[in-house]
Amino acid sequence: MLMFILRRIGTMLVTMIALTFIVFYLVNLPGNLEKLAKTEGNMRMTDAEVQIWLDNEGFNRPFLIRYGEWLVGTATGDMGYSRVFRKPVSEVVGERLGYTGWLMLWVMIVMVPGALIIGVLAGMREGSTLDRGLSVGSIASTSAPEYVTGIIFALVFATLFKEFSKDLAWWPEGFFLNASAATATSKGITFSNFALPVMTMAIYGMGYIARMTRASMAEVMTSQYIRTARLKGLNFRTVVLRHALRNALIAPFTVIMLQFPWLLTGVVIVETMFNYKGFGFTLVQAAGNNDIDLLLAISWVAVIVVLLTQLISDVGYAYLNPRIRVK
Amino acid sequence: MEPLSNGEIILYSIARFWPTWIALIAVLGSGYFIRDKLGTVGRLYGSSIGMVGLCIVLFWVFTAIFAPLIAPFGAQYAPVSGDMVREAKRALPGFVHVGDITAAYLWGGDNLGRDVFSRVVYGSQIVLIIAPAATLIAYMVGSTLGLPAGYYLGWIDTLMSFLANLVLAFPVILLFYLLVTPEVNTPVPVDLLIFEVPWSLPIGMAAFFFLFPIIFMCTMWYTKYEKNMTKLAVYTGATIVIGFWLYSGLVFNSDPLGVVGMQPNELNVFAAVILGSSPGVFRIVRGLTMDIKTRDYVAAAQTRGERPWYIMLWEILPNARGPLIVDFCLRIGYTTILLGTLGFFGLGLSPESPDWGSMINHGRQFVKLLKWAHMSVFPALALMTLVLGLNLLADGLREESLKD
Repeated sequence: MLMFILRRIGTMLVTMIALTFIVFYLVNLPGNLEKLAKTEGNMRMTDAEVQIWLDNEGFNRPFLIRYGEWLVGTATGDMGYSRVFRKPVSEVVGERLGYTGWLMLWVMIVMVPGALIIGVLAGMREGSTLDRGLSVGSIASTSAPEYVTGIIFALVFATLFKEFSKDLAWWPEGFFLNASAATATSKGITFSNFALPVMTMAIYGMGYIARMTRASMAEVMTSQYIRTARLKGLNFRTVVLRHALRNALIAPFTVIMLQFPWLLTGVVIVETMFNYKGFGFTLVQAAGNNDIDLLLAISWVAVIVVLLTQLISDVGYAYLNPRIRVK
Repeated sequence: MEPLSNGEIILYSIARFWPTWIALIAVLGSGYFIRDKLGTVGRLYGSSIGMVGLCIVLFWVFTAIFAPLIAPFGAQYAPVSGDMVREAKRALPGFVHVGDITAAYLWGGDNLGRDVFSRVVYGSQIVLIIAPAATLIAYMVGSTLGLPAGYYLGWIDTLMSFLANLVLAFPVILLFYLLVTPEVNTPVPVDLLIFEVPWSLPIGMAAFFFLFPIIFMCTMWYTKYEKNMTKLAVYTGATIVIGFWLYSGLVFNSDPLGVVGMQPNELNVFAAVILGSSPGVFRIVRGLTMDIKTRDYVAAAQTRGERPWYIMLWEILPNARGPLIVDFCLRIGYTTILLGTLGFFGLGLSPESPDWGSMINHGRQFVKLLKWAHMSVFPALALMTLVLGLNLLADGLREESLKD
């Protein structure tokens, strides 16, 4: 097991170095640097002036040396200076990551239990009406990306607000106002400004996890030991809860962890849509304004998050499913 | 003139799609009579989920084909004279254009006074060309790399899997932002001794990816007709001539005949989407190859002394077609979502293009004021139904192929 984890960590480090190298290369393409020089200095710079500016700022030194410097700097915690926010990058990223962390936490709280329940209910009796209904529901939810559901939710809730606001006096103050304005702030977390973004993100991911859970559950339900348990005379509920569930949840576990790269795209879409000033919003700003240091830091953090979740999912899977380790 | 009521809008919307309905009925009706000869597709007639999916997908396919008949206006049409522009700008659904009921803005007008209905209809053309084409090329890339990885294993597999995981670990959205930003994609002319070609990173990627279909086809012909020189020469020659003709037009936009060509924007989107989805294809093809490799007919072919590439392309690949077709449907849906994401962030295709993602992006600034939600709601619904159709179709196909 130890060797397995060590090998995985080794691969992860190599992947990380390779990815940061690619990002560094893409961000430092001549076109990007030229644009940076022009926005920082003067829009009407001549090519020669651009070159002088780049020389002064140290962008014209050999690529590998600059990459090495950046790598050492990042490893020691100095990620550079954000030209857009006029703050050290580590401060910006830390703060924004916190906001997104809260959003993700709520998405997970809503999405994971919901998806698992739907999947288990659908998978325990394969082919039943309940299974068919829930399966079509999960397919529909995987077909609606965040930018579609976000718009539809905003529309639906605002229409509801118009029609029913008088009858539903118990709705929290401002809920529908926020919903119709489609904005969430990062000031404080309240039901009213978090409900829509969380729901929008949770729905898209939910269908996928639910389908995986269903497939896994359906497979377990046909296995020999479940038949034995049923023939022993145990009632259906006990079989499902005590015998099937444990094995059926191994596969969804990895799927949930592997959802992170997807969730990151979702975060960017939802934060842009609802004006939530988190990590994804910062990514868009950094990319739009050519903030090189910030963009590098964001890519680096994103890649680390993705790789760490992959590592956890691999190790967790091996831990939960001993057959993998023996091989 | 009075705007149309909601009921009228729905009725007229249905009526406007008349060429689609006729084609749908004709195809599904004639398909019903020869369903026994259609294999898995024919058996879809027995599954309600798959049938609904097939109907939705065909609906959008026929809409794309008959777009000029369905849409009352062109995709970029906007009224010219002052008063009419003011009225048509952000017009609500049901706005009647020049007092003529056939020229009503059924789904409203956008911020420039263009008809949302016509744009959604024309948008289906863009989506239904780019998404399947990009997926198809991603499939050729993924199979050309995945087959040997799964067949030989060893260092080829280690290297390829590492590369695939590298791309998969990269958050898609970040990749798009880095690849499809305008600064990166300005083509720079590069002199190649004989002729000059435009060059940029996405063009380079496209140049790499678009080689795969040609390599794939040529390998296929070579392994099949190795003994039959005439056939080999004809097929390979045709593939190479047509392949490189398309290649020059699509990748470098310098088709000697001037027939095929792609805007640099479109090419960037193409390259980014292919890069994003080929690792997934690679994984699935590799997994299937490893599974099918152990079958008896593969062992028989090996004993016959067939070449490895013959076994991969003519024994393993055809037998993996079931899961691959299902995955193909799902992946077109996923590619459609990716295209929408690109449009949503205003990356890639030009802002005027009527593709659904760009329309959603255009209308989203006005969604806050509920009154004008129609600008992005209709393209959003169109995108969702197409993806839903593809997913349902994939599910139906999977179910039917499992019955074997």
